[in-house]
Amino acid sequence: MATSPYDVAVVGAGPAGLAAAAAALAGGARVALIDAGRQPGGQYWRHRPGDLGAVADLHHDLGAFRRLVAGAAGAVRHFGQHVWTVSGSAADGFTVHAVAGDAETEVPARRLVLAPGAYDRQVPFRGWDLPGVHTAGGAQALLKGHEVLVGRRVVVGGTGPFLLPVAAGLAARGARVAGVYEANRPAGWIRHAGAVLPVAAKLTEGAGYAAALARHRVPFHTRQAIVAAHGGDAVEAVTVARLDHDWRIVAGSERVVECDAVAVGWGFTPQLELPLALGCATRVDADGSLVVEVDERQTTSVPGVHVAGEACGVGGAALAVAEGSIAGVAAAGVTSAPASLRRRRRALRRFAAAMHAVHPVRAGWQSWLADDTLVCRCEEVSAGEVRTALDELGATDVRTAKLLSRAGMGWCQGRVCGYATACLTASCTGTAPDLRGVSERPIAAPISLGTLAGDPGHIGQQ
Amino acid sequence: MSAAFEFDGREVAFTDGQTVGAALVAAGVRSWRTTRREGRPRGIFCGIGVCFDCLVTVDDVPNQRACLVPAAAGAIVRSQEGDGRGHLAV
Repeated sequence: MATSPYDVAVVGAGPAGLAAAAAALAGGARVALIDAGRQPGGQYWRHRPGDLGAVADLHHDLGAFRRLVAGAAGAVRHFGQHVWTVSGSAADGFTVHAVAGDAETEVPARRLVLAPGAYDRQVPFRGWDLPGVHTAGGAQALLKGHEVLVGRRVVVGGTGPFLLPVAAGLAARGARVAGVYEANRPAGWIRHAGAVLPVAAKLTEGAGYAAALARHRVPFHTRQAIVAAHGGDAVEAVTVARLDHDWRIVAGSERVVECDAVAVGWGFTPQLELPLALGCATRVDADGSLVVEVDERQTTSVPGVHVAGEACGVGGAALAVAEGSIAGVAAAGVTSAPASLRRRRRALRRFAAAMHAVHPVRAGWQSWLADDTLVCRCEEVSAGEVRTALDELGATDVRTAKLLSRAGMGWCQGRVCGYATACLTASCTGTAPDLRGVSERPIAAPISLGTLAGDPGHIGQQ
Repeated sequence: MSAAFEFDGREVAFTDGQTVGAALVAAGVRSWRTTRREGRPRGIFCGIGVCFDCLVTVDDVPNQRACLVPAAAGAIVRSQEGDGRGHLAV
């Protein structure tokens, strides 16, 4: 395509991407903004086309959203476009390859800001494949994006502050939230006052959700988890249990809670397909997630490629906006970002570190699994089959465990079960989980063979 | 604004901007696919296009993610068995 390259292509129009686009435009750059959604906002500010009014009460900081959308208004939008890969280099220019149905779009750019965001991290439990069991983010997406409740009587569980707005939103729209089961003890926040106080808005936000849960009489349980779901064609009940410090079930503490829907999440998994396709260096963050390594200017190990938001460390929307602004300034090639912005990023990162310290995922979840508990939902691979690959077939790394068991080889390509398979492998081999081994996916979105065949240059690179 | 698509012979109403998956959940439909190996029912899990659990056949095209496909008036939506390509068998 003979389109002249943009100065900056921003992939992702959530908090980080919108902030990057706005900052790059303010720096005088020509900017393309590419997103799979049909309107800006990403998962955080997800809404239907048009007015946000109907779901305003479910959203946080819409003022910031509106400011960012206004700031990014000068970007050329490529919305409804699923980016399946990025290629190129700073010397030769980059190309963002996207599809909408069968139609392919290529967006050329001198520099990239990748803001792909994250999705709920999952650990398997008995019955988690029953219809009516949803990720916490999925329940939230149906509510914010469609005003649809996942059920009438919902149980919420997992770990992390995200469970609070999910439960509060469901309750606000008329669901009976039978309980929130937080596997950690949030009282641990007290030890991190130094990290929390400088970002007081976070305290206010948390207090708001806590008040909403109290108002709707939603029981909040700590050091307890949903350890099994039961039902025939859909979920009808869950078993909840007390956990010890390592998250093993306290014997005799199990009880059954009736429900018609479940929302579970255990922190977030950053979407790294695109940075990995370009060869960006990674590290394991405090929450155990694989993230992209970035410098002060949000630049990755690959020149010309910046990453902002959850992909370089899960930390929430406010941090994503700060990082996006800094990345946008850097990608526009102007002066460095204001010191106030860098200070804000530092404070929000300290807050994120405290959040990760209070909400770890402990290895004891592996003891909840029966041999026939599914780990890989797509290929229907059980925990027993993964363990057979490790204990009997001789797999000593996660890639071999995957090849021998087929865990992670289905439609989602290990996005959902990759973390669990890496952890099960690590427990067996006595090593740290190899997340990179389950994160590389050369094709980040489904494309037809015809589209792939129509791009011989890219195949040559792969 | 309300309109409807057809799902396995019944009408399912949707409102502007809803996906097929959201409209099905709103109509009380929990699952619309069975798995290849065990024939287990599946519906929406992640809701944001990541997990591919909610695959459905829309206007004869199988394996569409119901959580991403916009609902359209008059669309013919069918539940799906296995890999959704049973109709290709002779």
